[in-house]
Amino acid sequence: MTNLAQSDPIEYRSFLDMEGRKGILSWILSTDHKRIGILYLAVMLTLFFVAMTIGVLMRIEQLTLNPPLFAPQTYNAFFTVHGVIMIFMFVLPGAAAVFGNFFLPIMIGARDVSFPRLNLLSWYFFITGALVVILSLFTGKGAPDTGWTFYVPFSLRSGTNVPLGVFGVFLLGFSSILTGINFITTVHRLRAPGMTWHRMPLFVWANYATAWVQVLATPVIGVTLLLVIAERLFGIGVFDPAKGGDPLLYQHLFWIYSHPAVYIMILPAMGVITEIIPTFAHRTIFGYKAIAYSSIGIAALGSLVWGHHMFTSGMADTANVVFSLFTFLVAVPSAIKVFNWTATLHKGSIELRPPMLFALTFVFLFLIGGLTGLIQGALNVNVHLHDTYWIVGHFHYVMFGGTGMGFFAALLYWFPKMFGKMYNEKVATIAWFPIFVGFNMLYGSMLYLGYMGMPRRYYTHLPQFHAGHVIASIGGFILAAGLVLLFANLVVALFKGKKAGPNPWGGVTLEWQTPSPPPFENFAEIPKIADRPYIFNPEVSR
Amino acid sequence: MSIEPSHEHPVHKDYEGSKLGMWLFLFTEILLFGGLFLLYSVYRARYPLDFHTGGQHLNTFIGVANTVILLTSSLTVAMAITAMQKGNRKLTMLCLGTTIVFALMFLVNKYIEWMGEIRRGIYPNGPALLRLPNGEKIFYGLYYSMTGLHGLHVMAGIVALSITLDFVRRKKITNTDFTKLENVGLYWHLVDVIWIFLLPLLYLAA
Repeated sequence: MTNLAQSDPIEYRSFLDMEGRKGILSWILSTDHKRIGILYLAVMLTLFFVAMTIGVLMRIEQLTLNPPLFAPQTYNAFFTVHGVIMIFMFVLPGAAAVFGNFFLPIMIGARDVSFPRLNLLSWYFFITGALVVILSLFTGKGAPDTGWTFYVPFSLRSGTNVPLGVFGVFLLGFSSILTGINFITTVHRLRAPGMTWHRMPLFVWANYATAWVQVLATPVIGVTLLLVIAERLFGIGVFDPAKGGDPLLYQHLFWIYSHPAVYIMILPAMGVITEIIPTFAHRTIFGYKAIAYSSIGIAALGSLVWGHHMFTSGMADTANVVFSLFTFLVAVPSAIKVFNWTATLHKGSIELRPPMLFALTFVFLFLIGGLTGLIQGALNVNVHLHDTYWIVGHFHYVMFGGTGMGFFAALLYWFPKMFGKMYNEKVATIAWFPIFVGFNMLYGSMLYLGYMGMPRRYYTHLPQFHAGHVIASIGGFILAAGLVLLFANLVVALFKGKKAGPNPWGGVTLEWQTPSPPPFENFAEIPKIADRPYIFNPEVSR
Repeated sequence: MSIEPSHEHPVHKDYEGSKLGMWLFLFTEILLFGGLFLLYSVYRARYPLDFHTGGQHLNTFIGVANTVILLTSSLTVAMAITAMQKGNRKLTMLCLGTTIVFALMFLVNKYIEWMGEIRRGIYPNGPALLRLPNGEKIFYGLYYSMTGLHGLHVMAGIVALSITLDFVRRKKITNTDFTKLENVGLYWHLVDVIWIFLLPLLYLAA
């Protein structure tokens, strides 16, 4: 492999600084995968902070017992909007759309994705969907109040602006499908010479598995949401119990997509962690093939467990048992990954710099999220825990502690590459502390509250839950403060950061062999790949 | 793949890649309709008699006529591709044009059929339908959803075929570069295949 960073400096021109259109048009009309990745990043972080603020408002509501600060209906809108934005616009597309777009082509030695224009189109679907959802908050008879799951029959009867909100989510699904098609085709067609399947970086494997889930599962929720809209507009009756429809079928169709969607969310983040850990342990990844195939295993098994969301909905006992069994099985490939990460750390020379700190936080929090998932996957326990704060705590451990931390880790890891600037590592480390402590206060309390019987989605609570709620709220504020500090640090770095250089962490995958930020079309000459990835010390590894 | 550095996207065309992308897109379409087929099978098992009565009321003649029309249009789109492979641009355009005409005929028939039902009061929340048993309400709800979604796909197909026709006219699709034409053909065959399933499920199930 030639070191492209040392190619002639006069020829080099970063993608941030390319010829042609100027200003905003050079971004929103660009088909360059790196620019599209940054477009996603900008929109998603904005939406993330909106939804985070709503989350903080919910925690403020739970500080008081009586009278409530916000009206109950406002609280219903809060958790719906918080969920819809966080799930459909941040966690779900997050790591794949931002870092997948930016780094997948570079990591396989390609100049762009297979369909660059389709890639831009999917961003437009994303932004239109987001705008339609936001529009639904302020038009019609108020913001949707159904929760992010849009369960029928309530979503058919609710007077709020459900159809428009649902349509927005439908458009977001389109964006996800197009990105998935693009990534699969790119991985199949555009790998550099010598980049065999078993030489691909594991982040690429993770995105490849994710893309298949996106392609195969998203259309199911697409048609389900269309049917909800048709039900609202025309009253076709397929989900309406008054006309012989069965709400349980809505739940099935919804979770046939939405459970695999959990793996759309977590797999790319796992891929990120798999990149970061070898780099900072200075050691090749342990169990390359096990990690690669466990991504596929998670994607496949994860498609067969949707019923565990419906244990108390009235399914047949046989179905309950089968879904519970598969739920336990899906823990196996996830655990394989965790074991491989820890085995990679073993005897490595570990450098605890900010990306590594967040990657290890991912492993720790995801472990809690995964193990609590097994607890509620047991049928009898589930009856007690269903629809309580336990569930809320569990999925925040997985979705925020997992995907969210993975996203932050990825941002800290690749920020110098994406923008060519280095952030203040000390501040990033300091910001980690309130994030970690606040996170566990907030969601740890939720696990406890739920176990004691606090139901989810209530605007107020009984006095015996008050102490737990106060701790959770304080934790929430600490967490939010930490996040603000983390991102303020990055914004400052964007403008005033020192030059990062091509390879600040000593990474060995292809992206570190391009200059920072990478040039337009990434490589002057397509690299030839002669060996597997993650070889840190060629003499020892051979 | 070209290796000269350039500031444009490389002009290489990856035909295999675009066909792969198209096939993936077709998978998503099958799963989109798959949700409806799933609902159909559950409800059919639950209301077998009502689905039987519902199917008897549908206009089988128009349903079968539309099947013949769509099947023939699949033939003409396949002929368009063969004509292009042989370099006969005029014949390609003629075949594509015929396909579009067939697609329009399909929609006209569908309109006549739907209007017939609607005039009888058989439509969601329609007076006659509300008097029928729940199973028939579901049957017609599915009938309108499935044929409606399929109809939208026919319309999308007309747009895609028209754009392709224009590409052929402007020589953007040639006998050495006709993947776009093949892809639109694939899409049209899919629209056809889905109809092949809708016909027995809705019209012939009685």
